[in-house]
Amino acid sequence: MSPLAVILGLPLLGAAVLALLPWHRASARLNMLASLATLAAALSLFVVPVEANLFFFIDDFNIYLVVLTSFVSFTTAWFSASYIDHEVAIGRFTPAALRFYHAMYQLLMFAMLVALTANNIGLMWVAIETATLTTVLMVSLYRTRESLEAAWKYFILGSVGIALALFGTILIYFAAQPTVGEGIDALAWETLLAAAPRLDPNVLNLAFVFLLVGYGTKVGLAPLHAWLPDAHAEGPTPISAVLSGLLLNVALYAVLRFKMLLAANGAAIAPGRLLIAMGSSSLLLAGFMLYRRRDIKRFFAYSSIEHMGISAFAFGVGGPLANFAGLLHMALHSLTKSAIFFAVGHVAQAAGTQKIAEISGLTRSHPWLGWGLVLGVVAIAGLPPLGLFMSEFLLLTAVMGRDPWLAVPLVVGLGVAFGALAMRTHGIAFGEPGRETRPLTASLVPMYLHFGLVFLAGVWLPGPLVGWFQAVAALLGG
Amino acid sequence: MLRGLEFDIAHLFSSSVLILSFGLLYQRRLFGVLQIYALQALAVACAAAWQAYAQAYPQLYVTAAIALVFKAIVIPVAFHHIVLRLHIHREIETVVGVNMTLLFGVALVALSILLVLPMTTTSGNLTRENLALALSVLLLGLLMMISRRNAVSQVIGFLSLENGLILAAIGVKGMPFVVEMSVAFSVLVAFIVFGMFFFRIRERFDTLDVHYLEAFRGERH
Repeated sequence: MSPLAVILGLPLLGAAVLALLPWHRASARLNMLASLATLAAALSLFVVPVEANLFFFIDDFNIYLVVLTSFVSFTTAWFSASYIDHEVAIGRFTPAALRFYHAMYQLLMFAMLVALTANNIGLMWVAIETATLTTVLMVSLYRTRESLEAAWKYFILGSVGIALALFGTILIYFAAQPTVGEGIDALAWETLLAAAPRLDPNVLNLAFVFLLVGYGTKVGLAPLHAWLPDAHAEGPTPISAVLSGLLLNVALYAVLRFKMLLAANGAAIAPGRLLIAMGSSSLLLAGFMLYRRRDIKRFFAYSSIEHMGISAFAFGVGGPLANFAGLLHMALHSLTKSAIFFAVGHVAQAAGTQKIAEISGLTRSHPWLGWGLVLGVVAIAGLPPLGLFMSEFLLLTAVMGRDPWLAVPLVVGLGVAFGALAMRTHGIAFGEPGRETRPLTASLVPMYLHFGLVFLAGVWLPGPLVGWFQAVAALLGG
Repeated sequence: MLRGLEFDIAHLFSSSVLILSFGLLYQRRLFGVLQIYALQALAVACAAAWQAYAQAYPQLYVTAAIALVFKAIVIPVAFHHIVLRLHIHREIETVVGVNMTLLFGVALVALSILLVLPMTTTSGNLTRENLALALSVLLLGLLMMISRRNAVSQVIGFLSLENGLILAAIGVKGMPFVVEMSVAFSVLVAFIVFGMFFFRIRERFDTLDVHYLEAFRGERH
């Protein structure tokens, strides 16, 4: 059996079994086990080659994202097991809600893995839509006023984005049909990419605008980001980790695939300027918005907008170096931000609140957790020697080489965000511990595992990874 | 390629979808909105069936049937029940005045014609004009979602936006069936999810005015 069938089959099977299993501890274990098995199958992609067919394929671009997604899915399931124990203990989750939660978790993984491996733009669209619907349901899981409002807003904006992306998809078919012919072939990535130079550039331009706005809503690029902070803040924390760490990347992956098509066409508009505009406005907006946040999850959600902005900016600048930096940034942000949300989940449980003003002195009351959060903030702020420093430094080098003026919004955005991160974290991590702190029995292994990898990436990148990044960076064009 | 009468009939159906979009923008009563939406779905079903005949592409009959059964009958009836149960069959408030909205709608139609017509010189006339009409319907649906504050009419705006998508998909020759199926399917799923939301929101707020919900934003505590 091909590893791809296992990768896609396991989460689906897991979702079906978990929907029926009534014991929450067993479900949490099984959720972890299913994710671990998926990760093992994903790792086997490195040694077992996969034949492309009309619906699925594996290439240099999606292979690392598939592995990253299944890895973060496993560690988040691990974190989720201890998170849920606490939520059940304080009565925020009913058994029925938990069954639903676990089934939806695996369904979300399935949808994201399909979106990443799809060789067909229609299938990819369906997968991203499914991922959106599952996350909407999970954001509303607590059934509070705030969570319902957040889910409603996410659903409306997400649906509109998805509808616009479908229109873009139809336009791509419309462009391909005279050249490639009718039928399913005209939706396959590989066929499209091969035929790209002969497609009508005008139709491609219009299609890309719709796809960028549509999938860009899901990436959380300004000015289409309004759903993101609410959805992150009001749902269960494992879902915030998966949203920030994985789903935003999947949506950006979709945008980049279409950018490749435009790059291969040659006569179409260079989409770089659009990406630079959206990326730098996300970066600046999120940087300034960070100062006014009072809720710790909302705070880090804005930081995700900032980092997706940086990635989009990098792909907008284009060229081998900036594209390389963008790909690296996507991967490292995913690892760092999900680990930060693991920390934040435990912090919120230890302090009994999500309000930043009421959390203080964590390094004293919970040293491992507090210092973990500090480490995460150091990483996300882009300080050496952690990995994000490297991707941001590479990007800055590329920008200086291309057009030094473009470095201005980048540096300002990074500086502003750094100030906010330092200020808020100082209050949370240091000083006198808050009046009410609870002991914590959670496992901090997933969080430190992520930080370890981010540190490793800062000092040494494995050869094959560099090879894939370089190959994809060339395809992404200028 | 379509010629003569076939061309005109296809045009007729697509244009009536567009005109009904304007009807939706204009209509202020919830039941009226539901009726116009049902009519629009009917027009989409006719357009799909006609394309199936004209292109000799029988799969489109399925799309037409789905549009007819789900969108023209099941969804409006279900919404009728929701509106009755929630006692919200009063007049709709709009954020912008109706006249301004209509003018803006006309501008959007002009925009989509200007966008689509000059760029697709290589394709047949019908596809091109059909695409321009579909884009207009899509943008008008978006406009309706923005200009209404009541959640039911926002959802209808979204559904009419999806009508525009189907119109685009059936107009492009030989569009693989996967996509159409998924559109039809997503309407169903979207409806279920929306329905769930309604009941929950109703339980918690006793109003469907989304504007009212904004006050509960976490940041404003």
